[in-house]
Amino acid sequence: MSTHKQVIIIGSGPAGLTAALYTSRANLKPLLIEGVEAGGQLMLTTLVENYPGFRAGVLGPDLMGEMRAQAEHFGAEIMQGDVSSVDLSERPFKINVDKTQYTADALIIATGASAKWLDLGVDKKLSGRGVSTCATCDGFFFKGLPVAVVGGGDTAMEEAIYLSKLATQVTVIHRRDTLRASKVMQDKALSTPNISFLWNKEVVDIKDLEQGKVTSLVLRDTTNGEQSELAVDGVFIGIGHNPNTALFKGQLAMHDNGYLKTHDGSRTSVAGVFAAGDVQDHIYRQAVTAAGSGCMAAIDAERFLSGTLHESSHQSAVSS
Amino acid sequence: MASDKVKVFTDANFGDEVKNGVVLVDFWATWCAPCRRIAPIVDQLAEEYNGKLTVAKVDIDENPMTPSKFMVRGIPTLLLFKNGELQETVVGLESKDRLAQIIDKHL
Repeated sequence: MSTHKQVIIIGSGPAGLTAALYTSRANLKPLLIEGVEAGGQLMLTTLVENYPGFRAGVLGPDLMGEMRAQAEHFGAEIMQGDVSSVDLSERPFKINVDKTQYTADALIIATGASAKWLDLGVDKKLSGRGVSTCATCDGFFFKGLPVAVVGGGDTAMEEAIYLSKLATQVTVIHRRDTLRASKVMQDKALSTPNISFLWNKEVVDIKDLEQGKVTSLVLRDTTNGEQSELAVDGVFIGIGHNPNTALFKGQLAMHDNGYLKTHDGSRTSVAGVFAAGDVQDHIYRQAVTAAGSGCMAAIDAERFLSGTLHESSHQSAVSS
Repeated sequence: MASDKVKVFTDANFGDEVKNGVVLVDFWATWCAPCRRIAPIVDQLAEEYNGKLTVAKVDIDENPMTPSKFMVRGIPTLLLFKNGELQETVVGLESKDRLAQIIDKHL
């Protein structure tokens, strides 16, 4: 037994929900399967200050709640569940969620990206024991304790600023001697009294696996190889993201870094399968660009289903 | 709506409550966004395993002793006990299918 839909959307961040909004308004009765990280990365942020339309900023979870309600308002069906496998070899495409099968004439992939770990092995083993990729989730446990943040981008700065209100001391560890973060975030972090920076250092080990908790980090200087140790109770990893594309390995064309390849808007290497948001974007990775590409995927899917999407058409997508 | 099959444990009764049978405990807090994502899955597990598995929640703001005793330093964390002994620790989000597999090992 399987349930057939015209359009299925996988993922419930800004890309997926915008695709759901547009396809439901086009009367395609989309089914959106939200995934375990429902709401996407914005669910783990606090104030979002760069989403247009909110001059005082908007809380990430609130923004996602609104997007979801808006899509549902126009009839999008949103279901809890995590896609376990897909078969894109023929149409209709098959999408399996646990033991239930769905089929779809068009598929929009908006599975996003998830926080990267350090690849030390020990960091995953101490996850929930002092190693975290989410300051707003786990910062609470480090009230009055020293912590470290690894990374030099916006994510790392946001984590450091959030943690500075809880922890005694926040040490940012960065492999280079300059930050990648935006100017606004850099200025905020650099001017916070209890945030300090260790430049040109990388984490080579986290202690102490035997005690089952974080006690210190072993650091290596990237310029001279010298090792040092930093005593902390927690370490927050903000070194970037990996695309959630494991489901599509061998079925869709990907870049070397695992991101889905798209062409002529949102099209993937399989006709009828479209991709939107961070799963196909390792450059911009913004809520607003994800939402924009979700809209593109919805319009492309609508045209594909009505037979008006032509291969390699380079014409403008604006019609209304 | 939260399932009425899900119990609420506290620092005061935690030790007694996990003593018998297989017990799944969800450590959460009101401010934790990912906890809100796993809550409906925990509710469904409580309904589906009713009679075979006790499912409970601990609010870590109101009950700081229990998470510290089991070294919970991130939420959501699910702990699975069998007759008072800690068997499994699941940190972060997992699909319902994966959680069911973990539970089934101990039933």
